[in-house]
Amino acid sequence: MDFEDTPEEAAYRAQVKAWLEANKDAIQQEDYSSRADSVAAAKRWQARKYEAGYVGITWPKAVGGQGGNAMQQIIFNQEEAKYNAPTGLYAIGLGMCIPTVFTHGLSPDIAKRYVPVAMKGEEVWCQLFSEPAAGSDLAGIRTRAERDGDEWVINGQKVWTSGAHLSDFGIVVTRTDPNVPKHKGLTMFIVDMKAPGVEVRPIKQMSGGSEFNEVFFTDVRIKDTHRLGEVGEGWKVSLTTLMHERLAVGGKPASAPGVQEMIELARAIDLEEGNALEQSHVRQRIADAYIADRGIALTRMRTISALSSGRTPGPESSISKVVVAKTMQDVGSFAADLCESAGLLMGADSPNLPHLSRFQTSYIGSAGLRIAGGTDEILRNIIAERVLGLPGEIRPDKDIPFSEATKLGL
Amino acid sequence: MNFQFSEEAEALRDQARRFLEDKSGREKARAVMESGASHDAALWAEIVNLGWTALRIPEEHGGLGLSVLELCVLAEEIGRAVSPVPFTSSVLLATEALIAAGTDAQKAKWLPKLADGSAIGTVALAEGTGVPGAKSSIAVSGGKANGAKLPVQDAAAADFIIFSGPDGLYLVETGAAGVSVDAVETIDLVRRSARVTLKDAPVEALEGGRAALEKFLQSSAVLLAFEGLGGADAAMEMALGYARERVAFGRKIAGYQAVKHRLADMYIKNQLARSHAYYGAWAVLTDAPELVQAAAGARLAAMDAFQFAAEENVQLHGGIGFTWESDCQFYYRRARLLTLALGAKTHWSDVLVRSLEQRNTMMAA
Repeated sequence: MDFEDTPEEAAYRAQVKAWLEANKDAIQQEDYSSRADSVAAAKRWQARKYEAGYVGITWPKAVGGQGGNAMQQIIFNQEEAKYNAPTGLYAIGLGMCIPTVFTHGLSPDIAKRYVPVAMKGEEVWCQLFSEPAAGSDLAGIRTRAERDGDEWVINGQKVWTSGAHLSDFGIVVTRTDPNVPKHKGLTMFIVDMKAPGVEVRPIKQMSGGSEFNEVFFTDVRIKDTHRLGEVGEGWKVSLTTLMHERLAVGGKPASAPGVQEMIELARAIDLEEGNALEQSHVRQRIADAYIADRGIALTRMRTISALSSGRTPGPESSISKVVVAKTMQDVGSFAADLCESAGLLMGADSPNLPHLSRFQTSYIGSAGLRIAGGTDEILRNIIAERVLGLPGEIRPDKDIPFSEATKLGL
Repeated sequence: MNFQFSEEAEALRDQARRFLEDKSGREKARAVMESGASHDAALWAEIVNLGWTALRIPEEHGGLGLSVLELCVLAEEIGRAVSPVPFTSSVLLATEALIAAGTDAQKAKWLPKLADGSAIGTVALAEGTGVPGAKSSIAVSGGKANGAKLPVQDAAAADFIIFSGPDGLYLVETGAAGVSVDAVETIDLVRRSARVTLKDAPVEALEGGRAALEKFLQSSAVLLAFEGLGGADAAMEMALGYARERVAFGRKIAGYQAVKHRLADMYIKNQLARSHAYYGAWAVLTDAPELVQAAAGARLAAMDAFQFAAEENVQLHGGIGFTWESDCQFYYRRARLLTLALGAKTHWSDVLVRSLEQRNTMMAA
């Protein structure tokens, strides 16, 4: 047992470190003053990575990727994370959409047209899946696509689309046949987000931020060449995307405070019975957070070890997000509790206590993280059904035509 | 990165699991519970024959000289099977204490006997209330000890006891004058305990004093975490098996979210415990500076997982789970034994946070 790189991994890591050090001038460390600045910074950084061959590390060479292995991608991510690089703009496009495009695109021309430009960062992508009536139950989507010659006409509404307002293209799941059971009547397409009939409206979240959008489609026309997979196979295609999503979402957000911050905050607070950090009940809560946060990091090391030695990783990484999100929430509320009423004050009025305002921000954000990318409940279903092999839910709408199910109110 | 057990260790696991499934089904634990015997001597003899008692003992003392990782694997498998043998007391604790802190003479005398099964040892840390292994009211003077340890697991089967005293670890033979071993009732009905009273009993100190005792407590925390992890997985598997069979309201109860989500929570806790246990194993193996933190994490995560799985295993069985005949009680009781025998959550949380604070201070400096 050890935590060392293999010689090949060490060589790759050294190469990545040297490149990052030589190129760090392209990463702005300070907060970006406007959204336009931050988009420009992300594009600059992406272009540098592309030139150096650090984009699509695990993708096949045939589509422009590097043909590398998962360990190389992990090493690059680990090293890049040390530089606070602006990578969020491309997380969904390169993490989920483009792999779907090159896996399920109908012709090599499609991959040739879209993959390299996306890798360079010149075009930004979003994923148009959730709808007002279809969140956890994604196959319940209602956005229609109807065939018209060699084109399709799209009508409907998507919601919770991250980055739609910044995107050039998206992948969209639509219903092409309402007269078959719901999982069977879906088809996926590439959609031009600047096409006539596409309207993007930002959603203001409970946190005050606006990273998500509603997207409305009114008679939007898509060429059949831009279909992904066969007609009626949209559910299977979407599983490719979601598989990549589970790889992309999961770890603790870098901005979220954890155990060391809890210790520093507790040390700064005196309770009636004495310094907060000296109190057993406080130490037990810090220990709980350590078990969760460190446990997830160690679990990830088990997965990485399997990849590194050429074994198939176990299903243990399926626990990650459900633990991380709830721990953020628990830690956030506990930190504020320690401060008593001072824990209510936020923003400019937040008291000068170590990390308190980060705990408060993280507490609010955690409520969203428990839902995004699979709710706590769906993730427990996945663990129970796919890992432990337990039976699925009763689904009264599963084997009847979608149109009939909606009439029945299912 | 190689944060996993070797293929050799995994092969040992397969062999151990097959053996224990074949020879140490839970009916063996039940038989010992019902008879009141100290342990299953026939099963213990087979375990000795497999070399498990000799696993970590250096070759010069008649052992196999394998690493702590192999021992972790066996601890987990014994924990799964709730085998009614003094493996934890004698192999995980007493043998390890001797290897780590025994004098040359103590090693020469006891390790060959532990290896070939002609002696059984145990470890006594508790003295009623108070954290086991912390303060001791035993008085040691001129090679004689006075006082009592309570409860001491497997004392009735043991030829010698290594106990925590005023200044580290000491060894006393159970057959010596002034040593009395009196059975006591505890929550665990399979692994029996006793009150050990010392009246001018002849004792010998191990080496290393208080520091050796502290380190022994940390490595023991890791080994018992593996035993707890095995119990946690076994309790989860019992619950899974029952939920797949039991029908209520027209379907298998495993299909209901209230049941599925509870089982998913067991899986989550067990995986966190496994990851922390591996980290603990690595820290013991390499004698890493992170040992205190890793041992505390392993122990806290494993005891939390085991207790949760044991409690919810009874719950998911419903009424049948609360009967004497059900095997649920073995894990329900064992989880408490493992938790209370080496310091409960309050204590290990304190140990953990203290080590994190020190790391914090070191980083600041």
